[in-house]
Amino acid sequence: MGLRTPLHESHVRDGAQIVDFGGWDMPLHYGSQIEEHHAARRDAAMFDVSHMGIIELTGDSVRAFLRYLLANDVGKLRSPGKAIYSCMLLPTGGVLDDLIVYFMTDSWFRMVVNAGTRDKDLAWIQKQATRFAVAAVERKDLAIIAIQGPNARAKTVSALAGNHRDGMLAVERFSAAAFDQWFVARTGYSGEDGFEIIAPAGSAIAAWNALRAQGVMPAGLGARDTLRLEAGLNLYGNDMDERHHPLESGLAWTVAFEPADREFIGREALERARAAGGNQLVGLVLEDRGVLRSHQRVITACGTGEVTSGTFSPTLHRSIALARIPKTAERLVRVEIRGTPHAASIVTPPFAGNGKALIQLSPPEGP
Amino acid sequence: MSNIPTNRQYTRNHEWLRRLADGAVEVGITDHAQHALGDLVFVELPAVGRSVNAGEACAVVESVKAASDVYSPVAGTVTAVNADLASRPELLNEDPYEAGWLMRLESGAAAAGALLDAAAYAQLLADQAD
Repeated sequence: MGLRTPLHESHVRDGAQIVDFGGWDMPLHYGSQIEEHHAARRDAAMFDVSHMGIIELTGDSVRAFLRYLLANDVGKLRSPGKAIYSCMLLPTGGVLDDLIVYFMTDSWFRMVVNAGTRDKDLAWIQKQATRFAVAAVERKDLAIIAIQGPNARAKTVSALAGNHRDGMLAVERFSAAAFDQWFVARTGYSGEDGFEIIAPAGSAIAAWNALRAQGVMPAGLGARDTLRLEAGLNLYGNDMDERHHPLESGLAWTVAFEPADREFIGREALERARAAGGNQLVGLVLEDRGVLRSHQRVITACGTGEVTSGTFSPTLHRSIALARIPKTAERLVRVEIRGTPHAASIVTPPFAGNGKALIQLSPPEGP
Repeated sequence: MSNIPTNRQYTRNHEWLRRLADGAVEVGITDHAQHALGDLVFVELPAVGRSVNAGEACAVVESVKAASDVYSPVAGTVTAVNADLASRPELLNEDPYEAGWLMRLESGAAAAGALLDAAAYAQLLADQAD
């Protein structure tokens, strides 16, 4: 038996197929992964993501500490509640984890990290934090529910806001605010608008049931994965890891090289990698029928690469992937599926988001 | 509870087969298999005319999540495959025993001893669920 979230009993009652994810027993789907996916693209779906780690960072030097710890620059965060997405790097430039950090006060930041890496992350952060006199404490008493989709905010407000309706609707993208016991962030991992709500574990079931009563469909990790891939969002362990740096993982936009005098862990390695060229992470659309999967070999005119994440896209009715390939590759590549090469086109993600397809497709080849 | 028709035989890998009136053997995957795999989105079927051995991987069914091999329950020659599955792989989820059949084989082999009847297959599923 793995670790369980406060909503576990509720998932079992709803007929969820439970799978292990990073040591946690989590719902894969509640019947149809594709229906759950469409609910998030077209209406509203909710995900129990309480397995993710919440780390509170406190101390007078917390901002200086995070400017050293993270590849993105929390110096950009000026108003309380504002969030930033960042990689946390090793000195080699390899990615220890990707995370979101919220600026709360001048002496308090809140960080949300991946489930499978939370122990490793906490140990690393605490080790780095000693010379800044910053405390890093994990909050195991909280649950997280992500509500995503074009109608997610309206339905969440009806279910949970009480007399905070206007305030909750006023939360800006990539920001958060507290309303009674809810910490409401306008963030997500689906390419749709919505909220991620951090709540006391004891109130999670009531919140889940209230959301369901508003017509928000429970969705599992299966749909979460197809949604994030359509949105062109990386998955830690697949699309980046300790052996790959952000610049070859489609995450150059998250590395703040400026200001040039900001010292951060991994900076020297990234400066060297930036000058060297090498690989890039791209989107692929399979031109044939079939399904792209991680670790399939990608053949280009300039050398080979590898699919890092692949799936069938319910929105496009076509297989899509992220792949790490040489930077000089041309628009058309071939992917080996069970020993046979299949044509695939390089595209710029996102593939889908805000309720619709975001790339143009040629008609499928083949039978 | 899985649907397990009594007029078919089953394998431990969750394939079913039945003998048609013309003597051909029709093969598919069970209701349990389609449920465990989840939404199916792609099916790769063998070429008509291919000879397969009993237990040989000869088709692939892919759900959103993963690809799974399908093994031929008997030796024989592929005489037909279900062309509807190319455009409608969801037939495997909706109707695994009829519209979602995978392939037909010409097979001289009598049903091998390793095949299970419906009661034995139901028992296998019950044992695996424990």
